[in-house]
Amino acid sequence: MLPLVCALGAFMVPRAGRWLTLVAAAGLSLITWDMARVALSHGAQRYPLAGWGAPLGIELYADGAAVLMLALTVTVMGSVSLYAGEYFSSKHRHQNGSAHEGRAVFFWPLWLFLWCGLNALFLSADIFNLYVTLELVGLAAVTLAALEGGPGALLAATRYLLVSLLASFCFLLGVAVLYAGAATLDIELLRQSMTPGPLAWAGVSFMVTGLLIKTAVFPVHFWLPPAHAQASTPVSAVLSALVVKASFYLLFRLWFDLFSAVAKPPSAEFLASLGAAAVIWGSIQALRQERLKLLVAYSTVAQVGYLLLAIPLVHATNDSSGWAGCFYWALSHGCAKAAMFLAAGNLLWAAGHDRIAELGGAAKQLGLSMFAFLLAAVSLAGLPPSGGFIAKWLLLSASLASGQWEKAVVLVLGGLLTAAYSVRVLRQAFVPATASEQPPRPVPRLLEWIAVSLSLLALLLGFYANPIVRLLQVGAPRAGQAFTGGL
Amino acid sequence: MTSSNVDFFLLAGAALFCLGFYALAAHAHLLRKILALNVSGSGVFLILIATAHGPEGAAPDPVPHALVLTGIVVAVSATALALVLSGRVHEATGKAELPAGPSDS
Repeated sequence: MLPLVCALGAFMVPRAGRWLTLVAAAGLSLITWDMARVALSHGAQRYPLAGWGAPLGIELYADGAAVLMLALTVTVMGSVSLYAGEYFSSKHRHQNGSAHEGRAVFFWPLWLFLWCGLNALFLSADIFNLYVTLELVGLAAVTLAALEGGPGALLAATRYLLVSLLASFCFLLGVAVLYAGAATLDIELLRQSMTPGPLAWAGVSFMVTGLLIKTAVFPVHFWLPPAHAQASTPVSAVLSALVVKASFYLLFRLWFDLFSAVAKPPSAEFLASLGAAAVIWGSIQALRQERLKLLVAYSTVAQVGYLLLAIPLVHATNDSSGWAGCFYWALSHGCAKAAMFLAAGNLLWAAGHDRIAELGGAAKQLGLSMFAFLLAAVSLAGLPPSGGFIAKWLLLSASLASGQWEKAVVLVLGGLLTAAYSVRVLRQAFVPATASEQPPRPVPRLLEWIAVSLSLLALLLGFYANPIVRLLQVGAPRAGQAFTGGL
Repeated sequence: MTSSNVDFFLLAGAALFCLGFYALAAHAHLLRKILALNVSGSGVFLILIATAHGPEGAAPDPVPHALVLTGIVVAVSATALALVLSGRVHEATGKAELPAGPSDS
């Protein structure tokens, strides 16, 4: 609720947008902290809105994974808000052109609407609300991506919008089919009344297709790289770190809470093979890119693949290491990818372009940003002691424990490829600058420090694994529980 | 509503959905794409409405109606946004079309 109120406020008082956002960030961090405490001590919570419970009313549901996604949202949105405040600040107007100020007016309300949509999405407990929040997030994200204003960004945003609408209709069609079968929308009640059969199968496959398109899973990833690369820096960071995760989170949640009653193991394997293809294809595309932001965007395509790869692992393992590893990856990728996009944005800010071949001298001039890029790359490649390492470790041990060694191979290969394209950027950055270039534009210190702190956070996730994994286990599905109906 | 009627609505909805999907992929012009999406959406809404049908003589289930209303509101706002965006694309590039391949420029 808080971001919604602030969004309306920011719409009416454009000048206050930046400060209202910070108020929202502070309030939400307190709320999230409290929810984490409650979830740890009392288990997963259900909150009936306005006192009306299911099946008629709308309920919110918060387990460990939901609370952690909320925490990730508040962390990334909060720090990127600080970044955006400086980025859109009128101090830099003469450098950015006058259109910039106009954009900032629309930026804050949309930003808060996106935030509000994300929070609602992570907490929703019925499938129609999920559709509405998915749509809310999609529309806010498209508009933010279009805000950059150039022809490239507009085309990319339009493509994003069309694809996202199609995916929503697919999802809604699935909702309609499931409703026809079970006459309820609540996830918990649906699970109890769902029976395997062609109807449930059709509904589930429509919903999964819609979510796969929204998550930009290979081979329906084509809309993501241009849309993420063309948006302005704070927007790219949040699109890649959070918005893609949101639809993935739905897929994961629905898969284990709902679909596992009707889906059979081969379908989980099918999703995993899509994930493996995404890891390989996305990484190879990232290696081939000439532009830095496109490289980072393709790297998102690859890293979403890991998340799908984890689905059969969750089914196969008795402890929740597959589940925990997957969400741990989502967390560390969220922080690291946001940091990487911010660092790339700083380079773009300084040089006016993001051609990798002409990055020479960046390490000297933007040492902090390159440091952030390096730390983020360490976490994305899964090197110790980062958060990415813990996630990969959990996933690797899950895949080896269940004898699915081919997934372990993909995990390791993906890490190597990530290291390869990161090193390619870093190597260019250490080449001395060519003399003929125009003098670079100074980058505000704050922008650099935010990138560094997010990447440090991704690294620190490697040291504080214990409480987080414990929180993830609140409400995590057990292997015995999943797949009882389908087999 | 008799049950053969319901089947008719379900089939018509599915046909509209597929038709819209085809048109979305086949036409280059943005306005046609937006219309195609709306046709698809109507198909989904038709299916939703058809699911409201209960046993013979019973009152229809009100929940799908509420869902369709919400869906229409969402579709209208999304269409508005799509129209604005395609207008902007037209201003910026001179034609309201998406290039064939993903543009990286």
